[in-house]
Amino acid sequence: MIWNPNKECMSRDEMSSLQGKRLHKIVEYVYHNVPFYRHKLQDMDITPDDIRTIDDIVKLPFTTKKDLRDNYPFGLQAAPQSEIIRIHASSGTTGNPTIVGYTRKDIGVWSECMARCLTAYGVGRDDIFSVSYGYGLFTGGLGAHNGVEMVGASVVPASTGNTEKHAKLIRDLGITGIACTPSYALYLAETMEHMGITKEHIKLRVGAFGAEPWTESMRAEIEERLGLKAFNLYGLSEVMGPSVSYECQMQNGSHINEDHFYPEIINPVTLEPLPNGQSGELVFTTLTKEGMPVIRYRTRDLCSLMQGECDCGRTSVRMTPITGRSDDMLIIRGINVFPSQVESVVLSMKEFAPRYMLIVDRINNLDTLQVQVELRQEYFTATFDTPAAIDELQKRLSDKLRSVLSISAKVQLKAPNSIERSQGKSAHVIDNRKQQ
Amino acid sequence: MTVNQLSIFLENRSGTLTKVLDIMKRTGIRIIASTIADTAQYGLFRVICSNPRQAYLELVNEGFAVAMSDVFAIEMENRPGQTADTVKCFSEAGISIIYMYSFLKDGKGILLFRTDDMETAREVIHRAGFKCVSEKDLADWK
Ligand SMILES: [Zn+2]
Repeated sequence: MIWNPNKECMSRDEMSSLQGKRLHKIVEYVYHNVPFYRHKLQDMDITPDDIRTIDDIVKLPFTTKKDLRDNYPFGLQAAPQSEIIRIHASSGTTGNPTIVGYTRKDIGVWSECMARCLTAYGVGRDDIFSVSYGYGLFTGGLGAHNGVEMVGASVVPASTGNTEKHAKLIRDLGITGIACTPSYALYLAETMEHMGITKEHIKLRVGAFGAEPWTESMRAEIEERLGLKAFNLYGLSEVMGPSVSYECQMQNGSHINEDHFYPEIINPVTLEPLPNGQSGELVFTTLTKEGMPVIRYRTRDLCSLMQGECDCGRTSVRMTPITGRSDDMLIIRGINVFPSQVESVVLSMKEFAPRYMLIVDRINNLDTLQVQVELRQEYFTATFDTPAAIDELQKRLSDKLRSVLSISAKVQLKAPNSIERSQGKSAHVIDNRKQQ
Repeated sequence: MTVNQLSIFLENRSGTLTKVLDIMKRTGIRIIASTIADTAQYGLFRVICSNPRQAYLELVNEGFAVAMSDVFAIEMENRPGQTADTVKCFSEAGISIIYMYSFLKDGKGILLFRTDDMETAREVIHRAGFKCVSEKDLADWK
C-alpha cells in the first residue's frame, strides 16, 4: 500500500521541477525571515533569484549543528512565535540543546510523512500500534504518534520505561505493531523472556526501528526474538523527526520523502558533493518547513543514495543504511574505525550479547583499541570449562575484528549484563586519548 | 560415575571471587573442592559443591557466566604413587586428561578430572574397578 502515490510515485522530471520550485521558495523565505541565512547569502553574493532549479542547491552554504547551537534558542526560527504550535528540543550532550519549533502546517507535513512510512510497513486501520519512543522533548514519541493516528491504527502511547508493563500490554491487547529504538526492542525481548512471554503469546508483526544506527544482524535478531518484520525508520529532529525516510516491503534502502526533505551526499572533509552512489555524509534541505527550515544541514550520518524506481512502485530516492557518523569516526593508528563495524562483528557471533564498548588509549605513543563484549549465558556451555575453549572464542572474535577493521583489537570478555545499556543514541566509545 | 562441576567465568578485577563465594554462602551451598584456572585476562573458578544445580541457577541469576560440565570423581587410597598409578591407567588407554585436581576426604584422596574421551574413560574406570564418588555422596557429605 502507498499512502500518497501522487508524491511517492512521481516521475523524476516532475519531482525535480517540484523540488526546484520549492527550493527557490524556501531560500526566499529564509532570506527574508532569518538574519543568519540572509547574512550568509549576502556574504557569498547570492540572492534567492540565483536559486531556480534544484541543481542550484550546490551554490548554497551548509548549516551545521554548531550553527543551531550558536543561534540558541530561536535564532534560526523563521516563523513568528504566534505561528509556532510545538517546540521540541534535541538531546545535547554538551552545551545548549537544539530547539526546533513547528507550525501547524509543519505538524501536518510531519504526520503525513509518518503516515507514508507506516503504510509502507503495512500498518493500517486494523492495527494496534505501540509507540515506544520517549514522549517528550525528543521528537520520536510524538512524531510517530501523530502518524499512527493519521493512518487510523489504534495508538498505544507506551513511551519508554516500565518495560514489564509494556510487555504485558503487548500480550494482553494483542498489539500488532511497535515503534522504538532497536536496542530497546532487544531489551523488550529480553524482558519478555524473563517474564516467560514467548513469540506464541504475542501478535507483533511489524516493527519500525530507528533513532540509532543498526545492522542487518541486529535486524535478524529482533525479528527472530519478537517474531515480527523489522523496518527501518529514519529521521532527525533538526530536519523534522522520524519520517524523513522509511523502508518499503522490498527493504532495499529507505525511501526519502524527498518532496519535503532534499538529500545530498558530500565528502565530509572537502564538502564537495559526491557522485551518485558514492558513500559520504548525508545533507538535508527542508523544502517546505515553516517553523525552522534548514538549508543543506549536515547530518553527520554516513550513507549513500540509490536512484531508480523500486519494485514497490515508488520512484523516490533511497538511502542505504547508516554505516556510521562522520563525527563517531575514530582514527586509530591512522585507520578510520566506526563503532558500527565492531557492532556488526559482535552481532555475527551468537556467543556474545548485542552490547559492546570500544576503549581507545594511547600507550607509549601507540594507539590501542580494546573491545569489551559480554558473554551470553545461554551459549556458555559445558565446553567452556577450560581457558583453552574461552581463549579460542576470544581469538575468533579478534580475528574477525582484525579482518573488518584492518587493525588489531584486544578483546576483553565480560560477564553477562555488565556493560551499561545504551539509552537512545548509543554511546559505545571511551576515547582516553582526549584527556592526554 | 561423573559429578557436576561448575566453571564460573571471573572477570579480572577485585571482588568477583568474593561475590561468588558470598552467593554460595547465602544459599547454604557447601564448596567441597575448588580450583582456579587463571589467565592474564580472566579466571575460571571450578567448583564441586553440595548442590550444583541450585548453585548454577543462583549464580546465573546474579549475572555470572557459568558452564556446567561432567567430571570424574575417583576415590583413591592415601598412599604414595596412588595418583600416578591411577593416571597411568588412562594414559595407557590413549586418553588425555584435560585438567585434574584433588582433595582429601576422611583419609582418602578424591581425584577430580575431565578427559578428552569420556566414553573410553568410563570403560577404563569400570575395568580397573575404581571406586567413583556420586552426586549423592557429595550432597550427603558433611
Ligand atoms: Zn520501495
